[in-house]
Amino acid sequence: MQAMPKSTVPTTTTPLGAGAAQPGARKRRRSFRDYAPYVFISPFFILFLVFGLFPLLFSIFMSFHRWEPAAGLDAMQWVGLENYIYVVTNDDWFRKSLYNTVWMAIVSGVPQHAVALPLAFFLHTAFGRWRNAVVGAYFLPFITSTVAISLVFSSLFSRDYGVVNAALGAMSQVPVLGWLFPAQNIDWGQPYYTKWMISFVVWWRYVGFNTVLYLSAIQTIPKDLFEAATMDGAKAWQQFRYVTLPMLKPMIFFAVTLTIIGNLQLFEEPFILTGGTGGLDQAGKTAAMHMYATAFIDNDFGTASSIAWLLFMVIALVTWANNRILGEKKA
Amino acid sequence: MTRLMKPLLLSAALAMASAASAQTTTTLTVASFPSFDLAIKAAIPLYKKLHPEIEIKLTSLAFGDHHTAMTTALATGANLPDVMAVEVGFIGKFAESGGLEDLGKAPYNGLQATSKIAKFTVPQGMSGSGALAAMPADIGPGALFYRKDLLDKAGVSEADLTKSWESYIESGKKVKAATGAYLLASAVDIKDIYIRSGLKDGEGIFFDKKGTPLINTPRFEKGFQLAKAARTAGIDGKITAWSNEWSEGFKRDKVASQMMGAWLAGHLSNWLAPESKGKWRSAQLPNGAYASWGGSFYAIPKKAANKAAAWDFIKFMTLDKGMQIEAFRSLDAFPSLIEAQSDPFLDQPIEYLGGQKARQMWKVSADKIKAIAVDKYDPVANDVVNAELDKVLEQNKDIKTALADAQEQVKKRVRR
Repeated sequence: MQAMPKSTVPTTTTPLGAGAAQPGARKRRRSFRDYAPYVFISPFFILFLVFGLFPLLFSIFMSFHRWEPAAGLDAMQWVGLENYIYVVTNDDWFRKSLYNTVWMAIVSGVPQHAVALPLAFFLHTAFGRWRNAVVGAYFLPFITSTVAISLVFSSLFSRDYGVVNAALGAMSQVPVLGWLFPAQNIDWGQPYYTKWMISFVVWWRYVGFNTVLYLSAIQTIPKDLFEAATMDGAKAWQQFRYVTLPMLKPMIFFAVTLTIIGNLQLFEEPFILTGGTGGLDQAGKTAAMHMYATAFIDNDFGTASSIAWLLFMVIALVTWANNRILGEKKA
Repeated sequence: MTRLMKPLLLSAALAMASAASAQTTTTLTVASFPSFDLAIKAAIPLYKKLHPEIEIKLTSLAFGDHHTAMTTALATGANLPDVMAVEVGFIGKFAESGGLEDLGKAPYNGLQATSKIAKFTVPQGMSGSGALAAMPADIGPGALFYRKDLLDKAGVSEADLTKSWESYIESGKKVKAATGAYLLASAVDIKDIYIRSGLKDGEGIFFDKKGTPLINTPRFEKGFQLAKAARTAGIDGKITAWSNEWSEGFKRDKVASQMMGAWLAGHLSNWLAPESKGKWRSAQLPNGAYASWGGSFYAIPKKAANKAAAWDFIKFMTLDKGMQIEAFRSLDAFPSLIEAQSDPFLDQPIEYLGGQKARQMWKVSADKIKAIAVDKYDPVANDVVNAELDKVLEQNKDIKTALADAQEQVKKRVRR
């Protein structure tokens, strides 16, 4: 006869004393494992709170105060909406800088996309093995430090000794097309030319980035659409216009949004190209530069914060408009 | 848990023991900027001999970044150095801020020592309420540097340059015709010097004692007129100081004179125009003007940790004759200490200036510079005035309208 096996099911026994205090449900002791996920994601949140959220909220707080930074934190005075009213009604440098920013955003932004789209299409169809190298070359300006680029370009655009003027002068000697180019050195610091110079540098920097975005989007378009189009007798530019562009609409929307946000916040290129001053007649001063000058030269952190938030509202407005025009229309 | 207890306790005890032994040295943090920090670097070994228990830690940021960092530190009260170096452009703002110790009061009693310092620079370090916020360390007596060889070719003498502004401009035309070189880099320089002369006592350059802007005044009008005359005569190169064109202009013999602080001689010989050695000379500013360019100060923030040690170090940097001369040698910083200005070092000929004993001339200039009150909104006013002058020079704006606009702009931006 087989002996009855002893029960091998582990019986859970609660310690007599502790169990009496908890009616019914057992409580497992919280171990490190329970908290582990939160600990692992906390570095991001801590950094975000300290360097992202707090400055944001403090900046809103500051914009309702009059504050001269060197006097210390207790020198903040509540003034309500006075800073905002001053900036909107009385600050002509703000209006000028906003005009400059929008001007340069359009003049550098439109060519960025107008050149990047056909370029991406061309790179997609023309190059086989060399495509990555060529795309890399176009992307290089984007990953180079903005400060380094601006410093180099400011020597290139030097009035008397710069390469750009030397090249333009040489081109004006060319027989047929020479009359298009200026014979004398252009003073790029003059108010009329400053914005063109800055827009050119910004365009040069971002056209590669947009090309990469569009190229990656084109590569997701199924090949059979192009084959069907070829069979229907469509030429290259017709394929571009009727197949590529409509399929790229989401990517165009994304890239244009990035351009809007980035260009309206333009700071580094104009700051270095104009030597920090904004150029003659404030021709190169952007809204972000005006905010910086108000904070650190005028010593008025309150007004500078209100400029920052007014700029935010402008960017939000333009982005919303962009969404209406180019965004995905939900049926 | 208990296994780790013993080693933990042991290492903690060791750490405490080493900390205790290290506590006898105090670390003094000094914040400065190039090239003014060369004076601190030269001072560290000398000061160590006097006070071996003090360890000096120097942090140096670029000129603009340093002052922005100090503004931020004063705003929050954190990360403040024990000794803060401040340049004259920012001293007005910092002195008014109330974040710097009043070195005139006990235990510093700095006002007793100010009689030993060049007279005009002491008020620069004082706030509107009479607090001595910073001690002057060096000064920049203004000088006119000119290319003797280019002037000789045009048949112009030094006296022609310095007699009056009108003769300066006339000489400029001759130099341009004979050598093709511009007499000055930018017409704005003339305006800058002119507005610093003829001030009443207690007046600042841009603001009076009460803080009213002084821009719509005959002093500014004449300054603008002279600048416009220089531009119309074609004798200025429309070159901004410190730009590419400016340094290239010196190298390529395109700029025949430059008015700036005496320290420019060092820059010229080091990197601006080393090949023109022997061709430059120094003279006093035209029309009997005396002005200063630059000037550096040392201050102690109110929330600094080691104020007593900081004050001792500042006294060493500003009132010790040997240290002032040492700074003069290493970075061409003209001493603010009057005693140091009569050192035999000043009698030495300067090779770059063709053997001229220019330092004696600069001392004369330093003695004659008038004290000018600084205002914390000086940089704002400077910005606005330069913007309006640009319009006058480039776009032919009427001078009177420009000055009136500048006055309004400054009033608005200052919002007192």
